[in-house]
Amino acid sequence: MASGMQEKQYTPSLLSFFVYNPTFGPREGEEEKKILFYHPSDVEKNEKIRNVGLCEAIVQFTRTFCPTKPAKSLHTQKNRQFFFEPEDNFWIVMVVRNPMIEKPNKDGKPPTVEYQEEEILDTVYGAVVRECYSMYKLFNGTFGRAMEAGGVELLIQKLEKFFYRYLQTLHLQSCDLLDVFGGISFFPLDKMTYLKIQSFVNRVEESLDLIKYTAFLYNDQLIWSGLEQDDMRILYKYLTTSLFPRHSEPELAGRDSPLRPEVAGNLLHYGRFLTGPTNLKDPEAKFRFPKIFVSTDDGYEELHLIVYKVRQTSVELTRDFCEQLDGLVGPQLTLLASDICEQFTINRRISGPDKEPQFKFIYFNHMNLAEKSTIHMRKTASVCLTSVHPDLMKILGDINCDFARVDEDEEIIVKAMTDYWVVGKKSDQRELYVILNQKNANLIEVNEEVKRLCATQFNNIFFLD
Amino acid sequence: MGEEHYLELCESPVQFEHASNVNNVFFDEANKQVFAVRSGGATGVVVKGPEDKSSVAFRMDDKGEVKCIKFSIGNKILAVQRTSKSVDFINFIPDYPHTEFTQECKTKNASVLGFCWTNWNEIVFITDQGIEFYQVFPDKRSLKLLKSQSINVNWYQYCPETAVILLSTTVQGNILQPFAFRNGTMSKMSKFEIELPVVPKPAKLSLSERDIAMATIYGQLFVMYLKHHSRTANSPSAEVVLYHLPREGACKKSHVLKLNTTGKFALNIVDNLVVVHHQSSQTSLIFDIKLKDPDCAVNTHQPVLPARSIHPYRIPLSGPAVVPSQPPVPCQLYSSSWSVFQPDIIISASEGYLWYLQVKLPPTVNLLQDKGKLMDFLLRRRDCKMVILSVCSQILEGGEKGSLPVVATVFDKLNQVYKEYLEAEQTYTVAMESGPSRGSAAQKRPVRTQAVIDQSDMYTHVLSSFTERKGVSHKFIIAVLMEYIRSLNQFQITVQHYLYELVIKTLVQHNLFYMLHQFLQYHVLSDSKPLACLLLSLESTYPPAHQLSLDMLKRLSTANDEIVEVLLSKQQVLGALRFIRSVGGHDNVSARKFLDAAQQTGDQMLFYTVFRSFQQRNQRLRGSPNFNPGEHCEEHVVHFKQLFGDQALMKPSTV
Repeated sequence: MASGMQEKQYTPSLLSFFVYNPTFGPREGEEEKKILFYHPSDVEKNEKIRNVGLCEAIVQFTRTFCPTKPAKSLHTQKNRQFFFEPEDNFWIVMVVRNPMIEKPNKDGKPPTVEYQEEEILDTVYGAVVRECYSMYKLFNGTFGRAMEAGGVELLIQKLEKFFYRYLQTLHLQSCDLLDVFGGISFFPLDKMTYLKIQSFVNRVEESLDLIKYTAFLYNDQLIWSGLEQDDMRILYKYLTTSLFPRHSEPELAGRDSPLRPEVAGNLLHYGRFLTGPTNLKDPEAKFRFPKIFVSTDDGYEELHLIVYKVRQTSVELTRDFCEQLDGLVGPQLTLLASDICEQFTINRRISGPDKEPQFKFIYFNHMNLAEKSTIHMRKTASVCLTSVHPDLMKILGDINCDFARVDEDEEIIVKAMTDYWVVGKKSDQRELYVILNQKNANLIEVNEEVKRLCATQFNNIFFLD
Repeated sequence: MGEEHYLELCESPVQFEHASNVNNVFFDEANKQVFAVRSGGATGVVVKGPEDKSSVAFRMDDKGEVKCIKFSIGNKILAVQRTSKSVDFINFIPDYPHTEFTQECKTKNASVLGFCWTNWNEIVFITDQGIEFYQVFPDKRSLKLLKSQSINVNWYQYCPETAVILLSTTVQGNILQPFAFRNGTMSKMSKFEIELPVVPKPAKLSLSERDIAMATIYGQLFVMYLKHHSRTANSPSAEVVLYHLPREGACKKSHVLKLNTTGKFALNIVDNLVVVHHQSSQTSLIFDIKLKDPDCAVNTHQPVLPARSIHPYRIPLSGPAVVPSQPPVPCQLYSSSWSVFQPDIIISASEGYLWYLQVKLPPTVNLLQDKGKLMDFLLRRRDCKMVILSVCSQILEGGEKGSLPVVATVFDKLNQVYKEYLEAEQTYTVAMESGPSRGSAAQKRPVRTQAVIDQSDMYTHVLSSFTERKGVSHKFIIAVLMEYIRSLNQFQITVQHYLYELVIKTLVQHNLFYMLHQFLQYHVLSDSKPLACLLLSLESTYPPAHQLSLDMLKRLSTANDEIVEVLLSKQQVLGALRFIRSVGGHDNVSARKFLDAAQQTGDQMLFYTVFRSFQQRNQRLRGSPNFNPGEHCEEHVVHFKQLFGDQALMKPSTV
């Protein structure tokens, strides 16, 4: 059989994920109490205890070498473990199976498995673990908060409820450099339209006391955030990778067609809530919005997340007490948002149809978390498509690790296989990664090409040569 | 409630001897002079003008009762009408003979209704049979008829500002014929008919002189007709009908002012507002013909404000006879002895006072709730600036809910006027720079009225104190500042640096750095060197400000030196060197600055690199790697030798 002769490739996958606190079961025989969450749940109790114990031991052991920075990951042939201590004594551990190639053997022997243990990057999956925690915190607050509110039982309950669903949405095979950055894509906009949006947001916040913060997005790109950067970062992640894709299916049909018919006049009904009630006119509708937690000067505040969407424009309204909210905002908000939406459409027409980008690059600015990628296609809930080979993505990740090691500005140029050149540039807090595919290009030409890119795409920022 | 009287009489009225059986009082609208003629002039004529220097006193022979007395413009020639046939003239030009001379009207059997000076030596006689236009020769003591026109005249009105005489003709008197005078020419304008509320049968004179007034409003000449209500016609209340009288073309009925009451009225024009005094209620109404009333039909206007009386006035007792303890006497307002003249004059002949009517703006602020309308109203007034600024402060500090849209409307209205002025100013400047071209000699420098509220006014009087006010939420402060910046941008007005500074200061005060970052990211705060420097100063509290500042300097493209300084201060010597090379300024920079910075880092290899780089530059520029004495790099050469030895120095290349 022909197919049986082929190699089979396995992408990295989640083996297990657990949360524990060593102080909850310090004595022998009570080890199980340490475990707050364990995925997969059907693992036998003793094995759970063994695995947690092992992690505990490794962290404890490495602490003796460097008390402030214990081990972050453990590399083994078959898998890789990531340790993260988000709050004192609370540990999150994620175990990822290394990618592998299964080579069939003749004569009916079991196939040989070759683990590619160097293929996955600590930075990428370390970032994934941190994001898991941030996402939990966004919707539940800290572990400590749950402990205060209802002790271990409540925390276990909350972890179970949250991670049971969340882990299913993890797609470890498509994690890459962008997960390390956790950036925000900003919508480019002229000053005047931006000021109009400002004006709109201010008016809405002024007239509705309940609204504490507002974020304004268009086409999955951020325009304005009243939330602080770190909160916005995780909220943005949630909105663009989870909430919006879930609600976009009905609109998908018209989304990418260049000539979306403009319906003038009857604009009143374009707005709808993405969280909370789907139909305001429904008397039975429940005005229940998800709660989120954001940081303040002194701890956390609990808010409700309200997402209101008009065509491609989304306005996030987060309010303290949403029950009072009624349809009274709706029409006014919709009209205003619709106006702005039209502005965008005009802008879009000016900029012309989406062309195949001339350069394949990823840009990230640590200062404002701005990210821009011409490598990634639209991110959806399930997959993150890239237009380049995973090998190249790995090189990008490697360059990023190198950058992280030193403070100074530097530039790294790599000649990859198959005629590709990969250039990484770091200037102050900005990083730029370019992938060039030019046959027989030499170093000087590549350098020139990157300069050209900087001059055209980044002429308004300060990039050291 | 505070002050509500929005009209007042001027503080220092023109005082004259009150009318009596021995003292006749005349008023000349052209020169705004009051003539007090005692005993036909024999015991003296006292002329009081708006200013003291235009006051004249003289004597003339009593040749009968004076019917009308007026100076020509500039007090050159006095004209006195004593009979219905002729007008007498007296020269007031020094060195000219003072003897009177007389001119009879040319039309036979006509009687002179009156006369008007249209120039210092040009006069128009209005008779019941037409008008006669004369030039006066004071030296020859004679007049020459320039032009005449026969037409039946019931009565006439004169508007000195525009030199237009309006004649009432026909039996009913409602066909009005205007004539315009200018530099010795008389031109007949198109006549028009006033629609009477009731057409009398048989026909008789139905349009009274008292119900017609002429005045310029917003630079346009209007004939105002006080249309009384009539029981027969279906008009419940009186109204003022405005007829626009253009220099050329037909006269058109243009505005209707609804008085919503009946009775006796008088009209004034103050600051382009039509003031209607109502005697029985002792109140006045004001109308602004430019204020659009959305509730009314086209060009129908309701009063801008509720009716209020003129501010109570006390007659100041002056002169040597005044006893200090004696209180000023309250003056009876809306007295039946008042005479009202255009545009803004009220005369009480029996008391001997001439007042100018004035509009007081501060009380209007509380009477007009709609702030947008209030702004429209204030922006067209003469002394509006401080009132407008106080309204701005008031709406910002009132802290009422939902005031942002109001704030936005007000800002937009202010900036609309501001922008129009800036544009006019620019057009003027361009025209001046391109030289006085033919035809456009009439280019006048645009007048900056008080309604032009610029950014510095807003900053000084409104925004700076508002942002420092305690108890105002910072959210609201920022929203207001952004609203102002939005409005300026909407009108394409360049925002001044100090406004950005105010925004930044407010954001920094409340630790809203992320907000600041986003504003900069979208270039809401426009690039400038001062702003970049301000950002640099924030670096210690907000590190990303460094990057923002450098980006801004880069975009300015005129700040390369500053970028080098910033990089050197961060000890990024190589970065600075690479940067200056990339912008082509490498040949001109001071080597000393870079070498100093390199030496300070204590990094020997860095110092070596920088040193060699400049040696290479010297070689390239001057053919020798040595530094010029003027560059003051001696100590660096010594330092280099100490570190790396003489032999490491670059040797002059031999060709």
